Amino acid sequence: MSEASAPPEDDERVKEISGFRKSLMRPELGGICGAILVFVFFLLTAFDSGMFSPAGVMNWSIVSAQFMIIAVGACLLMIAGEFDLSVGSMIGFAGMSIALLTTSAGLPMWMAIIFTFIICVAIGALNGWLVVKTGLPSFIVTLAFLFILRGVTIFAAIATTRKTIIGGLREEAAGDWLAPFFGGKVFTGLFQWMGENGWIETFSRGTREGQPVVDGIPMLIVWAIVLVIFGHFLLTRTKFGNWIFAAGGDEQAARYTGVPVNRVKILMFMFTAFCAVVFATCQVMEFGSAGADRGLLKEFEAIISVVIGGALLTGGYGSVIGAALGALIFGVVQQGLFFAGVESSLFRVFLGVILLLAVILNTYIRRAITGEK
Amino acid sequence: MKSFMKKVAFATAMAAAPLMAASTASADGERYVFVSHAPDSDSWWNTIKTALGVAEGQLGVTVEYRNPPTGDIGDMARIVEQAAASGPDGIIVSIADFDALSGPIRDAVDQGIPVITVNSGTHEQSASMGALMHIGQPEYDAGNAAGMRAAKAGVKSFLCVNHYITNGASVERCQGFADAIGADLGNQMIDSGQDPAEIKNKVLAYLSANPDTGAVLTLGPTSAAPTINALKENGMAGDIYFGTFDLSAEIATGIKEDIISWAIDQQPFFQGYLPIVLLTNYNRYGLLVPHNINSGPGFVTKDTIDAVADMAGEFR
Repeated sequence: MSEASAPPEDDERVKEISGFRKSLMRPELGGICGAILVFVFFLLTAFDSGMFSPAGVMNWSIVSAQFMIIAVGACLLMIAGEFDLSVGSMIGFAGMSIALLTTSAGLPMWMAIIFTFIICVAIGALNGWLVVKTGLPSFIVTLAFLFILRGVTIFAAIATTRKTIIGGLREEAAGDWLAPFFGGKVFTGLFQWMGENGWIETFSRGTREGQPVVDGIPMLIVWAIVLVIFGHFLLTRTKFGNWIFAAGGDEQAARYTGVPVNRVKILMFMFTAFCAVVFATCQVMEFGSAGADRGLLKEFEAIISVVIGGALLTGGYGSVIGAALGALIFGVVQQGLFFAGVESSLFRVFLGVILLLAVILNTYIRRAITGEK
Repeated sequence: MKSFMKKVAFATAMAAAPLMAASTASADGERYVFVSHAPDSDSWWNTIKTALGVAEGQLGVTVEYRNPPTGDIGDMARIVEQAAASGPDGIIVSIADFDALSGPIRDAVDQGIPVITVNSGTHEQSASMGALMHIGQPEYDAGNAAGMRAAKAGVKSFLCVNHYITNGASVERCQGFADAIGADLGNQMIDSGQDPAEIKNKVLAYLSANPDTGAVLTLGPTSAAPTINALKENGMAGDIYFGTFDLSAEIATGIKEDIISWAIDQQPFFQGYLPIVLLTNYNRYGLLVPHNINSGPGFVTKDTIDAVADMAGEFR
């Protein structure tokens, strides 16, 4: 009597969604649309302004990579349901820490970098521990650290060296084994070859005559790509990634199902601090100096990148690729508005408009994906 | 989905329309980019913006003014790189942080773009990067000259209200002053921040904790105006020796009312006007003044203030 009933070929109760549309419905869709729109826009308005010359491309790529590094940390933390407003101050603090440890305390550069990583990740853990222990909104706890770290940075700089900008770090970093991982350039041979064969313009005078204008890919960009891939893999392919979604989606329900929510949150705070230190170290190695006002307000730029990329402010939904695309959009717009000849004071107006459009677009997409009304 | 896409396209067009209108039409004349290190909140640079406008009109060139919104020198370095990538006829930039900016500025020079440095920085730094010249006011020397004047008046201790402590030049001004009067620059320099109410309260707090302070030195309009209010409030206005850097309408009034003894006029107009004139003549005729130009210091006192007061904050 009972044949093994094969599943019905065409169940009229199930809504038909084409394969194309299914592949389109992903959290990164908003970010992808936004990136395409932004590039089309600037191709139309700023094509011959130098924006798409090798030097121009390098310029906005570096700015986007900067945002990407801190956006990855902010994204994972936001998906876990928390904010970190102390990222900008941590960047200034980390840079100053490296500078003071090498110039005033006389440590070798690699030791200074490693110590700074340890100190700052510990501060990140402290942030996380305070948040989970007191139950206070992370907004408040990290806001407090925003002030604490900035104040300590300025105080330490003036107290030891009477200056707030500490230079001479290029000399300290010369010959160090760890410094090139943050401040060096890769593929220099390739760019040299391109310069010799006329693919890239070369300098016409000065000490670098004959060398290509763009002489390599800075490690900042390499770090950005590595962190984005790592973050995406962690979030979408590992059990820990599921725990992050769960902790942000519904903390109590996650605890009931056995997710170690506290541990997840503290680890995410530590990861955000790690990203901030990577940013700061790359910046210090590249510029050869540390300043007490570095990184001011960068935490908001990180959060904006993440939101443009489609993450939900209340946690539980988002994507690292989306955050990376949000960072790319932010960087291209920030630099591109200048190339397009727009009055620089209008930059913030456009930023606000883009942010609003991005959030609205992402809300529609999220509703389409998750089916919520 | 279709109507939704239409909405998105429409919204983007709406956002883009003012952008198209705002794009400056390409001018026949040369294009220069002026990159400063000041955050948006610093009003001292208005004079330079006015000067750039005057030069634009007189010479038929366009000048774009760019700055990092938060004053972050890391962002400023990116702006310099970007300015160089856009291929202008000249770049004018302040050397706020020699280590961070020397790379981008040298690259701009090596790409064949003439560069003039202004404001912050020393003549040696400017020459080492290949800039044509430096137009500014040596900060330590200005502070020192001010301190000499104060020392002649018998000042032995002072309060330095530093509203821009993250710029090394500001600390040099206080240091120069301290060295000239023979005092130690320890707690005598306070980090006042940029908010007027905050500055006023910090000054009041310091003066009530140190009532024997001999003089007050403020570093610009941002710190001078709240300090004038603070001194009026605690009754020390006119009693305590008060000198300031730069000019503004409030400072001009303060000089007339005998609250401020002198103002050091860095003559920022020259820091905006002269680079454009010199770069344009260099581009058009190959002419170049072969040395650095000091735009200041000029001391403005009660005798000379009347002529200057009307234009303070705009041209002076």
